[in-house]
Amino acid sequence: MSKLRFGVVVFPGSNCDHDTFHVLRNVYGQDTFYLWHKDHDLNNADCIILPGGFSYGDYLRSGAIAKFSPLMKELQEFAHGGGLVLGICNGFQVLLELGLLPGAMLRNKNLKFLCEHVHLKMENDQTPFTNQWQENRVLRIPIAHFDGNYYASSDTIEEIKTNDQIVFRYADREGRITEEANVNGSVENIAGLVNKQRNVLGMMPHPERASESLLGSNDGQAIFKSIIHHLTHSLNYS
Amino acid sequence: MIHKKILEEHKLTEEEYERIVELIGKEPNITELGIFSLMWSEHCSYKSSKAHLQKLPVTGENVIQGPGENAGIIDIGEGLAAVFKIESHNHPSFIEPYQGAATGVGGILRDIFTMGARPIALMDALRFGPLSLPKNKTITEGIISGIAGYGNCMGVPTVGGDVYFNECYSLNPLVNAFCLGICEKDKIFYAKAEGEGNPVLYVGSKTGRDGIHGATMASAEFGEDLEEKRPNVQVGDPFKEKLLLEACLEVMNKNLIIGIQDMGAAGLTCSTTEMASNAKSGIEINLDLIPQREEGMTPYEIMLSESQERMLLVAKKETVKEVQEIYAKWDLDAVIVGQVTSDQRLKVIFEGITVVDIPVQAVVDMCPLYHRESKVPAYLESQTKLDPIPPPEDYNGTLKKLLSSPTIADKQWVFRQYDHMVQINTALLPGADASVLRLKNKKFALAMTLDGNSLYTYLDPKTGGKIAVAEACRNLACVGAHPVGVTNCLNFGNPEKPEIMWQFQEAIEGIAAACRTFNIPVTGGNVSFYNETEGLSIHPTPVLGIVGLLRDVDKSCSPGFKNTGDVIFLIGKNKDEIGGSEYLKFIWDMEKGQPPQIDLQTEKQVHKVCIEAIAKGLLHSAHDISEGGLAVCIAECAFLGDNRLGCTLHLKDRIRSDALLFGESQSRIIVTAKPENKDALVKIAQGQNVPIEEIGTTGGKNMTVYHNQKKIIDLPVQKSYTTWKQAIPDHFKAR
Repeated sequence: MSKLRFGVVVFPGSNCDHDTFHVLRNVYGQDTFYLWHKDHDLNNADCIILPGGFSYGDYLRSGAIAKFSPLMKELQEFAHGGGLVLGICNGFQVLLELGLLPGAMLRNKNLKFLCEHVHLKMENDQTPFTNQWQENRVLRIPIAHFDGNYYASSDTIEEIKTNDQIVFRYADREGRITEEANVNGSVENIAGLVNKQRNVLGMMPHPERASESLLGSNDGQAIFKSIIHHLTHSLNYS
Repeated sequence: MIHKKILEEHKLTEEEYERIVELIGKEPNITELGIFSLMWSEHCSYKSSKAHLQKLPVTGENVIQGPGENAGIIDIGEGLAAVFKIESHNHPSFIEPYQGAATGVGGILRDIFTMGARPIALMDALRFGPLSLPKNKTITEGIISGIAGYGNCMGVPTVGGDVYFNECYSLNPLVNAFCLGICEKDKIFYAKAEGEGNPVLYVGSKTGRDGIHGATMASAEFGEDLEEKRPNVQVGDPFKEKLLLEACLEVMNKNLIIGIQDMGAAGLTCSTTEMASNAKSGIEINLDLIPQREEGMTPYEIMLSESQERMLLVAKKETVKEVQEIYAKWDLDAVIVGQVTSDQRLKVIFEGITVVDIPVQAVVDMCPLYHRESKVPAYLESQTKLDPIPPPEDYNGTLKKLLSSPTIADKQWVFRQYDHMVQINTALLPGADASVLRLKNKKFALAMTLDGNSLYTYLDPKTGGKIAVAEACRNLACVGAHPVGVTNCLNFGNPEKPEIMWQFQEAIEGIAAACRTFNIPVTGGNVSFYNETEGLSIHPTPVLGIVGLLRDVDKSCSPGFKNTGDVIFLIGKNKDEIGGSEYLKFIWDMEKGQPPQIDLQTEKQVHKVCIEAIAKGLLHSAHDISEGGLAVCIAECAFLGDNRLGCTLHLKDRIRSDALLFGESQSRIIVTAKPENKDALVKIAQGQNVPIEEIGTTGGKNMTVYHNQKKIIDLPVQKSYTTWKQAIPDHFKAR
């Protein structure tokens, strides 16, 4: 099996770029490279990852300035053409600012930065990012963010639900969607969602931090393995 | 002759002034005087402490760089070096908690990456006043948010640290920031301005009027004029520093520069003079070329500014262009502001006129050193005497109350505000005895911890100093690591008071003795004097940062109970010592008695047993006994396990139950093992002549303790867990 090509975008202030690069190359064994935000070349990537961090210091608003980076033009074209894009944490925020996903992020409900393992319920296994789920639909993956309180208007939420776009929701360890498990106050406990076409996923939790058992959880593996499976088999979900 | 008042404002004595005149052969102008006042401040010169710091062991086979540079460096094997240091930012954090703490983190990060190392971990030792006072809550929240705000944005995990609460920190919180970085040991950079004619470059944020006199401020007590000092605190920009970090490491990786120094305390003044001094060269800079963010700044202000996120570097002539291109890629300006000279002088030009012309050595090396008078403090006699106290009537209630003491209670409220996982190396998360960081693609790992119980040092500074080192090493032993290097942050009151000087001397002697016994070098650190507000001094608070190595990252150990039916052992021996305990402080409101005594050799043997047992895979958990004693230790073992398993203990010591449960005798570790590993464990202990005793088993939902067959504790784990878990958050809920 030939290796897939993963491009990890580096904005000024990205700080999970090295982590994402490490797991893709060393844990999943894929051909991985950085994409500099000032360039105009996606280097024939099969999948683009917008990593976590504080692009442009999160000044103005998380993701608001990164949206104007030169490379975002090519990223938009790639996404509109059906290319796989995964935005993690700050990457999710950038996807919202770019309009590739609906909604916006507010400050966490307790107004503090939150870093801890949370439980997620996987709600949709018919996406390029979740096709490798066997049984367990509850994942333990860390979050680390200040602005992860997902918000969208009720019309938008209806639309998202009608289209089955919710992929991950904050849950308790049994997978129940409760108010208590909703660590940051997100509407409908939303932790991650895809666009209508299913090729763009944004998620606040960090699957790259849950890819090696030494670090306490392997549950992020299902996401990367799904992407690899999808790209290798060119699956269709529509 | 300069006016007396000006000297006072610069915190220089008349004798010091006369020495300056003699050294530079002229009356200094105001800018030159400002430079001397900064470099001769206690903060920069260590003039009161140097004589004593020399007692610390600083050498060892693995030492690449000892004290005196931006950070210490230890060889950790396989071509890698660990670069680490701890530094205080107490005064600024009191005046402006968020920015004070944030820039403390920013400063220590720069110290590490200035040497060519990528920072991989931060930790903070924090000391606050009681949370019952609103002012202390504001300070606590501000400081923690500031640390989080800076470290999280930088993408360097804050993996641990310790937090204590005591009245003595009410008007004087302590923020000691530790950072550790990794580099290849043949790629270390130093602060040196070598090569006549080589260009001197200024990189990073523009210079403003912030932080002028920060170092001098940190060298005096606070009075009532506190609010006025707020403008002395610098404002941090972690995003700019992140760019600086990436750009500097790129330039260093490509080997394009000769020397580099960050501009922390004393800004341009310190970086220019130290870089020249280290290389026995001189520097000439033109202030008109310095990027400035405010108009009309005087040479005095530019030289003394402590604006953050700035670096000074010396490049080779032929590489300047490439250096500038790399900084431009990261949206940073690298401006040539001067050149290296050979005359060993600092020359500063402003609007075409030479405004500073002084010998570098005079500024850096010729500050008078003081052997300040010392005297045993009067409080000791009464405080170390402990009148008999009645035993508690309700041991369950007492333990529960102790678990709600903020010093003992769960600190996740603090740690969850820090990104402690970024860089994906954190193998043992905050809350364990020590943090463990894997090194990618290596079998061995790093462990690190910060420790310092100031109640012990208050009652007996020498013993307190020994215990601070011993406990840190014990924490490392509990995760399976042996110590390899030490950095320390010594927080004390006004050294001009003989009682404070005595505390300082004694504490250093204790630290030195312990470091010698454990055979670990002190590679640097920081002294913070003048921790006094309105005449009240903090308890003497030495904080020890100790770095350890773990041979096999897959064989680390954590404190929580794992399986039902495991045997609980005590390594070490229970003693009748209740003085200086958190029990006396929190339950009886007494800071009294003799702190626990310590035999360093025994302590060392205890660590050996624990490390060997972990390496052989015999242990399921290990946790050291510290604040709150045996009872709190056992409770924490129950709380920190995934299943919150209970346990039953049978204690047989002929010691009063309160001293047995809550006394803080040293050199003790609680471990658990499978029944079939009992003999192997006991054999290891016997081999080191260390007492070991089987005291109970894990299992059930309650924590039950019998003392000489009498049940004295029986608490549901889940309920007491909630008490311990909620104690700190509850203080912040009521707002």
